[in-house]
Amino acid sequence: MCTRRQDERFYPAGPEEPEGQAVLLADSFAQQFRPITDERPKVLLPLVNVPMIDYTLEWLASAGVEEVFVFCCAHAKQVTSYLEREWTSQSNFTVTPIESRDCVSAGDALRVIDQRGVVRGDFILISGDTVSNMSLKEVLKEHQERRRKDKLAVMTMVYRRCKPHPLIHQSRLGNEELLLVTDPSTKQLLHYDSLKEAGGRESTKQQTLARQVVLERSLLSHRPAVQLCSDVQDCHIDICSPEVLLLFTDNFDYQHLRRDFVKGLLSDEILGNKIHTYEIVGDYAARIDNLRAYDVVSKDIIHRWTYPMVPDIRFASPETGIKIGRSNIYKEDGVVLAPSTIIGPSTVVGSGTSISDKSIVKNSVIGRGCTIGSNVVIEGSHIWNNVTIGDNVQIRHAVVCDGVNLKAGAILEPGVVLSFKVVIGENFTVPAYSKISLVLQRHEEDSSDEELEYAEAASGVAGSPPSPLYDRMSGSQADDGDEAPESPRWDPLEVGVGGAGCKWSTGQDDEWRHSVAPIPAERVREIVAREEEAELEDAARDMITSSRNDNVAEQLDDDEEADEEDDSLFFDKEVEAFFRRAVTGESSVENVVLEVNSLKLADDRSFSDCAGAMFRALLNLAAQEPQTTSGELLQNTRQIVVQWGSLLRRFLKHQDDEMEVLLVFEEICTEDNKEYAPIFASVLQELYDKDVISEEAIIAWASEKQHADESDKIFVKQCEKFIQWLQEASEEEEEDEDEAAYPEYGSVASATRCVAKSMDALISSDRTDLSLPVQIAQMRDILQLCSHLSTYEE
Amino acid sequence: MGAMNFQVIVLAGGGGLSKKLSPLVTKDLPKALLPVGNRPLISYVLELLEASFIKDLLVVVAGDEAATQVENWISNAFDDRLHVEVVSVPEELETADALRKISHRLTADDFLVVSGDLVSDVPVGAVAALHRRKDAVVTALVCGLPNLKSSEGSTGASSKDKTKQPVSDIIGLDYSQEHLLFLASSGQVEKELRMRRALVRLAGNMEIRTDLVDAHLYAFKRIVVQEVLDSRPGIKCIKRDLVPYLIRSQLTLGSTPVPASVSDGGSDPPRAGSVENGAPAVSISGDEVSSLLQRVCSIDSSLFKCCAYVASPGKYCARVDSLQAYGEVNRAVADEVIHLTQYVVSSHNNVVHETAVLGSKTTVGPHCMVGEGSQIGDKCKIKRSVVGRHCRIGSNVTIVNSVVMNYVTIDDFCSIQSSVVCSNAHLLERSSLKDCQVGARYVVGANQEYREEALAKKEKSSS
Repeated sequence: MCTRRQDERFYPAGPEEPEGQAVLLADSFAQQFRPITDERPKVLLPLVNVPMIDYTLEWLASAGVEEVFVFCCAHAKQVTSYLEREWTSQSNFTVTPIESRDCVSAGDALRVIDQRGVVRGDFILISGDTVSNMSLKEVLKEHQERRRKDKLAVMTMVYRRCKPHPLIHQSRLGNEELLLVTDPSTKQLLHYDSLKEAGGRESTKQQTLARQVVLERSLLSHRPAVQLCSDVQDCHIDICSPEVLLLFTDNFDYQHLRRDFVKGLLSDEILGNKIHTYEIVGDYAARIDNLRAYDVVSKDIIHRWTYPMVPDIRFASPETGIKIGRSNIYKEDGVVLAPSTIIGPSTVVGSGTSISDKSIVKNSVIGRGCTIGSNVVIEGSHIWNNVTIGDNVQIRHAVVCDGVNLKAGAILEPGVVLSFKVVIGENFTVPAYSKISLVLQRHEEDSSDEELEYAEAASGVAGSPPSPLYDRMSGSQADDGDEAPESPRWDPLEVGVGGAGCKWSTGQDDEWRHSVAPIPAERVREIVAREEEAELEDAARDMITSSRNDNVAEQLDDDEEADEEDDSLFFDKEVEAFFRRAVTGESSVENVVLEVNSLKLADDRSFSDCAGAMFRALLNLAAQEPQTTSGELLQNTRQIVVQWGSLLRRFLKHQDDEMEVLLVFEEICTEDNKEYAPIFASVLQELYDKDVISEEAIIAWASEKQHADESDKIFVKQCEKFIQWLQEASEEEEEDEDEAAYPEYGSVASATRCVAKSMDALISSDRTDLSLPVQIAQMRDILQLCSHLSTYEE
Repeated sequence: MGAMNFQVIVLAGGGGLSKKLSPLVTKDLPKALLPVGNRPLISYVLELLEASFIKDLLVVVAGDEAATQVENWISNAFDDRLHVEVVSVPEELETADALRKISHRLTADDFLVVSGDLVSDVPVGAVAALHRRKDAVVTALVCGLPNLKSSEGSTGASSKDKTKQPVSDIIGLDYSQEHLLFLASSGQVEKELRMRRALVRLAGNMEIRTDLVDAHLYAFKRIVVQEVLDSRPGIKCIKRDLVPYLIRSQLTLGSTPVPASVSDGGSDPPRAGSVENGAPAVSISGDEVSSLLQRVCSIDSSLFKCCAYVASPGKYCARVDSLQAYGEVNRAVADEVIHLTQYVVSSHNNVVHETAVLGSKTTVGPHCMVGEGSQIGDKCKIKRSVVGRHCRIGSNVTIVNSVVMNYVTIDDFCSIQSSVVCSNAHLLERSSLKDCQVGARYVVGANQEYREEALAKKEKSSS
């Protein structure tokens, strides 16, 4: 049923895709940016003083996309009102928000989009935190060309080379290392393996998984080579066909795009859908899904890797001027700097910001309207808008959100995140990796919460419960956090005397992996030590198992040959058994298809194998019926083909499968059931008439046989006339297409020609190879044809 | 080559025990002396080595009797050309065990192990040079799967034939195609392939190929291999155990039982650039991290790296390790790699010895060989076949795609297709063979028709 819906939706669009559509998920369905995202959606967080979604939309617009559906879930109001303000007035570029409140995953979002029915053709699926400048033209073209040849190529995934850190095994964007296995000739994705998706690092099984790569043997069959890439980064830019949405609707348990959808597609061979990959070289593409990525991408933007998405080209809001100085120092108009202030390299300072004496700012982004005191040190940090920083404050590798107030002498250690309007008291030192927010951390996730992470929603398990004095707060989380609660009593141990905010505990001790701060040396040492230990263990275990396996391997070698023969016999038998049950009515056709498909999976067969076996079963059935002459056999076969041809067609996915049927047929004629040999041509014609075997397949089969041995060619010879007719007819067809279609023979003209041909064949004396019954059968055919023809002409 | 200080060991197999080549190989005819293109099999390896200026070699033969025969033949044929020492080891030993047996005779820094059934024109010197240049623990010669084209050709072969392809290997190579990251014969791998993640990670980009085979020609670093063989008695077979073990141990630094006695000259310093462009910022720098990085950032810095020499596509490389391979190699040496045999090719593109006698209307097609003193009657047809020495072939005999060894008598009207007929066999009148193997001294009855059978006398009666 799924396939039918696909057809309807895909074909009207036709080959010349009119416009580019994109689906942008303005919600990452993850918790990496908490607690900031409790108050503002991630896509609106400033990235080098511009909301993240602007980068994504700007790129889509410049890449020729004309229609974007922005899916909003968390803080939907904020996103839609922002879009209305900034993006709805563009010409040739429409941004349509789609709101839904109860989605908890990307899967849900895509199901909603499918329901709306707005996507018409191939579309680009991205999330609103993607920064890229790649051209989409080429990847779209590749995708569409592939689709034209193979309808099952439903998705193209974009990746980029990027070697993960050799010691820490994560990419510079803070993602776990990824292993892609592809077929180098077709670029088809065969295996997608990410440590994170595999689970965690805790259990022993996962630990061995972390140290070993396990590939299915079947990936290698029928392929000369496969490629394993561990130096890649998934850009999370997917070119999808409309089928992708249907697949999400059909599989309601698909949640995560990679963990569920990609893995599901790769492991599910019943439908045979394929994912392909596309590597971008030179262009930039990155997704910001954690704070480390946020920091790295910010730097890339400042260093102009993302050109034209750079700070001095104000693509979204051109109202303020910006000056770029040497070593990537950007200053917006209206910045007030004291003469003794030192602005180091790679720094952006927003308009209306003032910095007093002897302060040092380097490798940082400072937003608009900030007030910074004297003797302040800001290094590698992200200071957003309207932040007040007192004298002698030191900030290293921290994220400071809008409206934060750091009183004099406060120190932020690396990795600190201060959410909106937090106040840090005088001379207070915030310890490394702390996350502080005015919003209290909730310990039980309620479903109205926007950022639920599917299945792994574990937060604050290890944290200390909030003390009773905060209890009255817990109900009052404002959606935008505009109003700070009146006179709350914050814990001075967390934010200092006179501070405001409470500390969030994440319950994870690998906070350092995804923080904006650089990775501390002792962590690296720890990891390396652990790794070496594991290697040693592995080596020891290796030796034991390998010596145990010796004997087994040897036996296998000997038995293999015999096994394979048996296997294929067994497979044919099984398929025939399934088929017989359909014939006797014990089982429905649908069931047979399902059973054969599962057998195909279990035995690692192809559709051609199934088709061949099914055809064999059909002919065996026909041969069993009582008969004395070839004519009767032909009659029986006809009936069978009429009745069961549709079942056989279910396994003919490709021209090769049809060819396989022909080859099996030849085999049957020469080996198992020689009775079929004289009526080969007639049966072939019947198969053609009933649309089981296409004309292309027959012609291809004939042309392949051209170079075969003489002994191999008997059947081609037998069908010579028919093939010749096919070839001529196909040439003819191109000429007079408007001629009314005749139900079985294409057109009156070709039907007439067919009659003439068959008569010729019958009359000509050189056709001694046909036995009398066959000639009679053919004669009957011709008469039938003539009667058809006459009715048609009436 | 002598200057490169390589010792060479040829593992020449033995007689009788090889199941895969029965009934061709018997006690009387050890594998090494099996005629291929009318020359003993081992002559191809010896000449290949001779061409690389290797003069001293150790030929290891399984079984005393076989060793004597091989030694006799070599001393006759290569008397003044090579210095060959033939050593016999017990018949039941596997390859790594055989290596252990002769391990005490190894003195050079590196040694080559070559399978005696290799027929190839790949320069051995190039393999040795790569081994030295990379300072590798092992360097294996791998080459394209022979005859891949013909088996997938357009002869209308049904998909079943694909499963009948000869057992091939699964070989993992890195991007440079020089480092060996995985090796297993496909029979060994059942459902899943397991690899060290660290190795995949290190390679970054790795290719697993099924269109290459291991040619069973390896260069080894002596001290490492001796140490491994001594400390790991579980290693029985070079290909199945030893090489995979070395591959897996490429990264286990400092933990291998081998004393690190590797010269500093060969290892490259870590390229700082490659680390910086992809890595997240790490706050420490200096010697400590760089030494950590040196261990893990590139295979080149590994002390125990395993390499592969991938033969260029034009080169021929095949092993006579099955009946099918025997037939194919025979056809190949009469055809595309005739230069290996050093025979003079006639204008008919075949090799018919000057003393051979052909009857009237008998045709010997291109890519055929007829050996010394053979007589062929009238109206015979010989296509793509090798006929040995002193055969007596009657009239109206057809021999297609076959190998006929020496002193074979074939009576009139016989037909032989895709078969092997061993020495001194006798085919009586009008017998017909297809896909058969006829053992030595076997007599095929008149008017008999055989298909896909191995016809041989029992071993007992023959000895």
